[in-house]
Amino acid sequence: MFLKDISSTRRFTTAVVLALLLILADLGFNQLHATRAALSNIAFPFYWLVDTGARLGVWGGENLVSRTSLLKQNRQLREQELLLKGQLQQMLALRAENERLRKLFAARLTLPEDMQAAELIGIGPDPARHLVVLDKGKRDGVYVGQPVLDADGLMGQVIEVSSTSSRVLLVTDLTHAVPVRVIRNGVRAIVEGSGKQYQMNLRQVSFTTDIKVGDVLVTSGLGGRFPEGYPVGVVTALERDPGRAFVSARVRPKAQLDRSRHVLLAYRRG
Amino acid sequence: MDEARGQWVIALSFSVAYFLAIYPLPRWAEWARPEWVALVLIYWAIALPQRVGIGAAFVAGLLLDVFEGAVLGQNALSLSVLAWFSLLFHQRLRALNLWQQALSVFLMLGVHQILCQWIQNMAGAGAPDLWFLVSAVSGAALWPGVLLVLRHQRRTYHVQ
Repeated sequence: MFLKDISSTRRFTTAVVLALLLILADLGFNQLHATRAALSNIAFPFYWLVDTGARLGVWGGENLVSRTSLLKQNRQLREQELLLKGQLQQMLALRAENERLRKLFAARLTLPEDMQAAELIGIGPDPARHLVVLDKGKRDGVYVGQPVLDADGLMGQVIEVSSTSSRVLLVTDLTHAVPVRVIRNGVRAIVEGSGKQYQMNLRQVSFTTDIKVGDVLVTSGLGGRFPEGYPVGVVTALERDPGRAFVSARVRPKAQLDRSRHVLLAYRRG
Repeated sequence: MDEARGQWVIALSFSVAYFLAIYPLPRWAEWARPEWVALVLIYWAIALPQRVGIGAAFVAGLLLDVFEGAVLGQNALSLSVLAWFSLLFHQRLRALNLWQQALSVFLMLGVHQILCQWIQNMAGAGAPDLWFLVSAVSGAALWPGVLLVLRHQRRTYHVQ
């Protein structure tokens, strides 16, 4: 009994020291990407498994809808497609014009990015973190730092890749920040996640900055991580408290962070 | 006693715990999600201290870190602490009745949550308020169920 106690205490000490070393390596030196990716290959199949239930539900739903509702949906989609195609025509002309003008100004050409569709297969279980898991991984060319978008705007970036899946940090997570500019006047700022679901904050906006409620923020492309010009959010509230050093500005994300099941991975070209 | 039996029952119970640990819950219930892996670990550490100990806890915790996308080592540390408590006091814990056990489990899960939050905070991603402690309450409330189910499995398949 006595001997057993000693050995369990020794094991406990070893475990604690090992764990602390791991935490230090992960937090302090950011050295554990490879370990994490290797272990993810065990963890992510569970996400697939959990998601299968949802998938079956979707499959059943798709197969059991009535003909009239399908026809109705079909008509709506056709109308929407026509509308989008119309807008695209204008967009192409605008892009050509934009590139011509940029050449005139001898400015850097903005390259269009390649996109790949991905599906969300899991949500991080910790409510304090905003993480999701996608069904595309290293096999599909996904890399750490890759931007993730949905139909409405920027969702976040890839932080961890296994061979078939990847983990995405959403823009509302406390540890996430994006360089943005105001679409109206080009003022630059940084948007930080707040840890709350529909809220982000603007960092260090001074009292003289021209920013209003309703301003749309798009990625500025500074820092080189996110491509330029994708919508990030809308300013919803400004509080100019003279007792504070900066204006506190709240931003609502554009992307449907808790609804989008289908997302886009943007690839850097070249 | 001399032969280890029913490895797969232990492995399966942990798999189910991981499954439940990442099963998507509605927003309002997320803070109340019990720490399934910790509950299963506490059960086995009390029931079979010679089989499931600190090594198992460390590995289970490391896997849980990867499942959650948490700081690597966070759950490994706190689950090792839980396993150590359970091993030290397994005889005393076995002698308690269900509700007294649930209370001890509540305290252990509370320690687990606080340790995890402490490390999350160092990563700059701690919980905004004390709602994370709700999970210890729901875990303790579910303890009698976990105990009865796992004990039934252990006796049916003669895991020892």
